[in-house]
Amino acid sequence: MEVKRERLGGAGDGDGSAAPVDPRTLRVRDANARQLLRGGEIEGLTPAIELERNDDFDLERHVQERVLTTTLDKAVAWARSNSFFPATFGLACCAIEMMSIVAARVDVARFGFEAFRASPRQADLLILSGRVSIKMAPIVRRIYDQMLEPKWAISMGACCSSMGVFNNYALVPADKFMPIDVHVPGCPPRPEALMHGVLKLRKMVQDDPDMGWRERYDAVGTEETLRGA
Amino acid sequence: MSASPPTSEYRRREQSITLSPLGEQLEQSHDEQQTSQELLTLNFGPHHPATHGVLRLLVTLRGEIVHDIKPIVGYVHTGIEKTAEDKSYWKVIPVIERMDYLAYHFNSLAYIGAVETLAEVVVPTRAEYLRVIHMELNRIMSHLVWLGTSALDLGAISMFWYCFREREQINDLFEMSTGQRMHTRYFQIGGVAEDVPVGWTEKLRGFVKRMPSSLDQYGDLLNSNEIVLQRLRGTCALDAETLLSLGVTGPLLRAAGNPWDLRKAAPYSCYGDFDFKIPVGTVGDNYDRFAVRMAEMYESVKIIDQALEGLPEGPYITTDRKVALPPRHELATSMEALIHHFKLVTEGLRVPPGEAYYPIEGPRGELGCFVRSDGSSKPARVHMRDPSFVNLQAFSRMAEGSYIADMIATLAMLDPILGGIDR
Repeated sequence: MEVKRERLGGAGDGDGSAAPVDPRTLRVRDANARQLLRGGEIEGLTPAIELERNDDFDLERHVQERVLTTTLDKAVAWARSNSFFPATFGLACCAIEMMSIVAARVDVARFGFEAFRASPRQADLLILSGRVSIKMAPIVRRIYDQMLEPKWAISMGACCSSMGVFNNYALVPADKFMPIDVHVPGCPPRPEALMHGVLKLRKMVQDDPDMGWRERYDAVGTEETLRGA
Repeated sequence: MSASPPTSEYRRREQSITLSPLGEQLEQSHDEQQTSQELLTLNFGPHHPATHGVLRLLVTLRGEIVHDIKPIVGYVHTGIEKTAEDKSYWKVIPVIERMDYLAYHFNSLAYIGAVETLAEVVVPTRAEYLRVIHMELNRIMSHLVWLGTSALDLGAISMFWYCFREREQINDLFEMSTGQRMHTRYFQIGGVAEDVPVGWTEKLRGFVKRMPSSLDQYGDLLNSNEIVLQRLRGTCALDAETLLSLGVTGPLLRAAGNPWDLRKAAPYSCYGDFDFKIPVGTVGDNYDRFAVRMAEMYESVKIIDQALEGLPEGPYITTDRKVALPPRHELATSMEALIHHFKLVTEGLRVPPGEAYYPIEGPRGELGCFVRSDGSSKPARVHMRDPSFVNLQAFSRMAEGSYIADMIATLAMLDPILGGIDR
């Protein structure tokens, strides 16, 4: 917010002497009205020098009441965490429950998650909903790689977290081939459980956008940034 | 158009322009394209929102016309049949339920029916009625998910909200009676796992009363919707003989006019007690497939209503202690009950050697389970005949020669569940 401050009574008056103030000036009338409200008397015109001192005080209070200061990182994380674009990616049973968090009862749109994107290029959240077979794992990894930074992943259900009830030759847990931020337990998880996971992720993104997975997965240096940024 | 007399100065001037040289030019280049037109191979899936799962299709296109389709399956292969060989008979149920994940009660009944046939278990009537109620609720739920997602493919998003609203009500009923929304493991060898709680039948009665009017609303929304009708009417029809030769069953076959439904053709469980109709179509196009499933939901509501009225009193699971667990209170007083409990929990029930195939009518067609027993407490082989898998082979015959947009609509009306196809 830009606040433009001018000395009253004409520009270019550098010496600070009390210049004649136009009584019809809006700011003077404003100051007079305030003086009246405080129960004070108006004796002629408010001197310009006093007016300026009052203004300083008001401006300070205005800033304290209405303006939050933060870092840019935090503001961006706040915006990101409230507008995830999940990829439309269903694998198995959990996909049905994933669909139902968009529906009326749980209504994930309350938290800005409802814009499911069919293209991974437009998405920043991958919800692995179901079992990942060995045949499917390279494709999942490829979809994750196609998503632009910053990106997050939720592993929904027991199968893609730990191979679940099956635990056999055909499946592979998602942690083996891609970084997962939140694991949601259940077989399949209720829509409320997935919602809880999504809100956990929101909290994580707000508090620490990085979350250190690059260190965990030995992937430091793979960040994609704009040239010159 | 040009024959009508000009009604205004603007029309007169518009009609005075002759487009013939340009038109000829366009036609000529079109002919040239026809002769030199190449086939385009389009890789469709495995990650695509319109494939209803992780199905991959290699589609060969001539322009916008589908020339050939090759489905590639196996992206959610889970090894369920092999895992089943490694578990005792009653521990197979939760694994087999996760196969066709919109028809979990049907999966478990097909398997349990085969085991009960081999072990010659007599199921109490109340258990049979409870099974039928749960299966028909499941059929409605499966069709609701089909309707919501198919309408989404056709561009109608509001159907999705309505269908999932009703689906939540069914899931609430499942949760109340079984403790889970999906994959309930409710059906047990010899009956059902637990009796329904107090107040459940009243809740179900309310649902049965509400559901037909909800279905009427869906019909009102879709049956006079010009876009839906144009997308579905007369597209991708296939006659009953071809469908039968490809092994297609269920609503797809009934849409072509063949009233084959195992609930009537070979009544299992207690379906013989109920009065219901089998909806059939006439030409077997996409609209018939849609209409048959819509009508089936009304019939399912009728079956639930009758089963609820005639729900008999009595035990909900067989009293044969070799098959079903003894009640909890007996364990403290009866040594025999304790032994049975121990044997069942540690080893499981033993099934006499033999083979059985138990087909039932799932939401997508004939869902059968083949079980071979070698006399031990684990099945030697479990094989499922999944309707989605068999129906998928009719897909290229249906969609060949149609537009690619109609192919999407046909895939939606085919309603394949990839968990069942790949198992």
